[in-house]
Amino acid sequence: MTRRKPIATGSDWTFETLETFEAEIARLADEYRLDTYPNQIEIITTEQMMDAYASVGMPVGYHHWSFGKQFLAVEQAYRRGQMGLAYELVINSDPCIAYLMEENTLMMQVLVMAHACYGHNSFFKGNYLFRTWTDASSIIDYLVFARKYVAECEERYGVTAVEQLLDACHALQNYGVDRYKRPSPLSAEEEAHRQAEREAYLQAQVNTLWRTIPRPADGEPLAEPHDDEEDPLGLHGGGRYPPEPQENLLYFIEKNAPLLAPWQREIVRIVRKLAQYFYPQRQTQVMNEGWATFWHYTLMNRLFDEGLVDEGLILEFLQSHTAVVNQPPFDSPYYSGINPYALGFAMFTDIKRICEAPTAEDREWFPDMAGSDWLETLHFAMRNFKDESFIQQFLSPRVIRDLKLFTVVDDDQEEMLEVAAIHDERGYQRIREALSVQYALSVREPNIQVYSADIRGDRSLTLRHVQDRRRPLAKTVYPVIRHLHQLWGFPVKLESMEEKEVVRRYQWPLPEGAEGGG
Amino acid sequence: MSYFIDRRANAKHKSAVNRQRFLDRYRTHIKRSVEEAVNRRSITDMERGEKVSIPSRDISEPVFQHGPGGKRSIVSPGNKEFVEGDRLRRPGGGGGGGGAGEGGASNQGEGMDEFAFSLTREEFLDFVFDGLELPHLERKQLVDLEEVRPVRAGISKDGVPARINIVRSMREAQARRIAMRAPLRRALREALEALEAEERKDPVLRNPSRIEALKEEIERLERRLEAVPFIDTYDLRYNHLINQPQPSNKAVMFCVMDVSGSMTQAHKDIAKRFFLLLYLFLERNYEKVELVFVRHHTAAKEVDEEEFFYSRETGGTIVSSALTLVDEIITKRYSPAQWNLYVAQASDGDNWDDDSVTCRELMMKKLMPRLQYFTYVEITPHAHQALWEEYERVAAEFSERFAMRQIVEAGDIYPVFRELFRRRAEA
Repeated sequence: MTRRKPIATGSDWTFETLETFEAEIARLADEYRLDTYPNQIEIITTEQMMDAYASVGMPVGYHHWSFGKQFLAVEQAYRRGQMGLAYELVINSDPCIAYLMEENTLMMQVLVMAHACYGHNSFFKGNYLFRTWTDASSIIDYLVFARKYVAECEERYGVTAVEQLLDACHALQNYGVDRYKRPSPLSAEEEAHRQAEREAYLQAQVNTLWRTIPRPADGEPLAEPHDDEEDPLGLHGGGRYPPEPQENLLYFIEKNAPLLAPWQREIVRIVRKLAQYFYPQRQTQVMNEGWATFWHYTLMNRLFDEGLVDEGLILEFLQSHTAVVNQPPFDSPYYSGINPYALGFAMFTDIKRICEAPTAEDREWFPDMAGSDWLETLHFAMRNFKDESFIQQFLSPRVIRDLKLFTVVDDDQEEMLEVAAIHDERGYQRIREALSVQYALSVREPNIQVYSADIRGDRSLTLRHVQDRRRPLAKTVYPVIRHLHQLWGFPVKLESMEEKEVVRRYQWPLPEGAEGGG
Repeated sequence: MSYFIDRRANAKHKSAVNRQRFLDRYRTHIKRSVEEAVNRRSITDMERGEKVSIPSRDISEPVFQHGPGGKRSIVSPGNKEFVEGDRLRRPGGGGGGGGAGEGGASNQGEGMDEFAFSLTREEFLDFVFDGLELPHLERKQLVDLEEVRPVRAGISKDGVPARINIVRSMREAQARRIAMRAPLRRALREALEALEAEERKDPVLRNPSRIEALKEEIERLERRLEAVPFIDTYDLRYNHLINQPQPSNKAVMFCVMDVSGSMTQAHKDIAKRFFLLLYLFLERNYEKVELVFVRHHTAAKEVDEEEFFYSRETGGTIVSSALTLVDEIITKRYSPAQWNLYVAQASDGDNWDDDSVTCRELMMKKLMPRLQYFTYVEITPHAHQALWEEYERVAAEFSERFAMRQIVEAGDIYPVFRELFRRRAEA
């Protein structure tokens, strides 16, 4: 390979050098068939980076105190030097917006471009979850719509009223996604266009649900003969509403809460839609970071091979890269869980190795993959999996050994913790299972669904929590159902189920004489 | 395809609104922290922001979460000596066993952490002076004001070139051009039409002299049209400025302190903090605040800040000497017409026996009528003496503008200060 002259040396950057580097990275990325949205690379100051961080990566956001809290936390961390802000911030939009901080060295700018503009960007465009759940071309417009709408509501109904509503919605935003249905695309223009229409329609719908004196539907036999002394006429018969449990709490609220005003429903919807936008990100942390890290590593090395960067820059890069993929062991004071960069990078790197130089073990574990075209396999993995299934499919014994993963079972009925599996022949499969479960959103978050709304009685709302291996809810359950109560407007009950038995009940408002719910 | 955008010049502080919302929401928490900080801080040190902590429990955003208990498996990296089947003691002092049961008694330490962040200097001072106001802050009467400020007052026809209003001048010029050209254009159009009509006639019927005359006329009109100037001195318009009397936005603060032998350094520190608070407070209300330091024992002297706070003197105390000096300085340098005058006096209450009466008279006759506000703090744990009693009579007379309080220890300063400047209910 002919070595060319380095594009630039030293640590200062200019717009020209960045543009040249960007073009070279684009050329190499193209060789690897990285399909990306157009890049919009913005140079910003530290202050602006803190602003961007604080708004959880939304370039335009509605106002809420929690973002202010976030900002103060970021600022404090930055001041104490705890956090390198420098790394990256990239937004899943079309064009894909990536931020470069002006204070960064040349190396850092090149690294961030490779990582964000080609790594994350191609992931956003390729991964099935993002393709299904987000519409990159309209998110910015939608954010602008949301911000405007919330601001108008603040003007009309007061900042406090809107703030309390948002507080309540935020408490439930992790339960604002239909996990199994494809969402309708979200487009701001359309949104604004249809929004007034929807307000009226929604209200009408809700009214129908609550308006009439409930009676058995036509054709439905009057409730079977029964001798309920409380309800001799069977007025409360007639089936549960909703007939099937609903996992999307915010959607249920938006459509069914009896007392919400139309504008309040619209804000519930906004929070729900934004939660949906972030839903794929929460499920692809390891993959997304691993993919981006794999590509920045590959692309930087290619730049070096071609002589476009000098030794100084590549050494500075390696130092940075090593810090990023560092995984402190569990007993280290720096340990704070598994580093998604480290795990993801290790896995993608290992997939490439298995394809190119499989061992006997690899052939046994990955018969289809061993010896196949690595680039094809890597793209396949990136496109079709989320963390849970990615680990389930691709976590190799080699990576388990390298990271020295082990599983500990914590059972509150046992005196001691038990080491269930380590990185040995017997343990690989079990560690893989356990780690995959650890990344499953359905296990990470308690499984809570709307069970019934008592539309024929006291209008109370009942949720059911299906316990996973006897794990109870944290005490935050009380403030959350209090928020839910604010939205629903009538009593809210929550039942924790274990093996079809209710093991614990929570409700808001607290029953008379109950001990304060923690 | 990629493109770069330089956003560095864009507004920062995009989060300012959110930040303010947060501060408003947790106002009471923050205020408590700020009050503690004010009392704790060293004297010279009000000029920076403050780190504030709020229990994170109070500001948490709750979501449904798993609590402790039940059965779960955790995958961790970095195994060293464990083998399958090893049994380990629970880290962190155990207690997992019963933690999940009834009553929700959790042994988890979460929520006890503090959420710490920094207030800027401005925000900090906002909280320090929240709910306070300068009493008697009427703007000086306009009549006896000598302060003037030039303000825009429309457009005029004369002025200096520096104040030319270009837009208005051009508009005038255009209007004039239209007005002056219109009759010429009309005449020109008529002449042209006549000429055309003449030329359309059969050559035999043409009147050559008329054509000649028309051509001359056209030429003359065109010359005149061209001669209409694009802009004329007549068009020029100037921004007009007039001098408007201005309510004074300057204040001077006299710090008067007893430095006789009975005032210890501790007393002075307390006084200094009080002066400092007052200074910062005035600074927020006035564009410009000047400080005058007057210290006294048996004789008064104007000194600089360093000397004021740190040099020691001995001997007796004659308070009236200081008041006289303040009065002289006011007369000489700070005309009440232009300055808002504030006096803050700190002392341990000692005074030469006969002098207190003199003080009262000085205050009543000379000082108080000219001052905006007078605060007196007596730093002593002991019973009051003659000066306090005389001042009480002044207070009775000028209750609006005279305030006195006793301070025993440093912790009292801020509460006393707040009490002195508490926002009065609208009368």
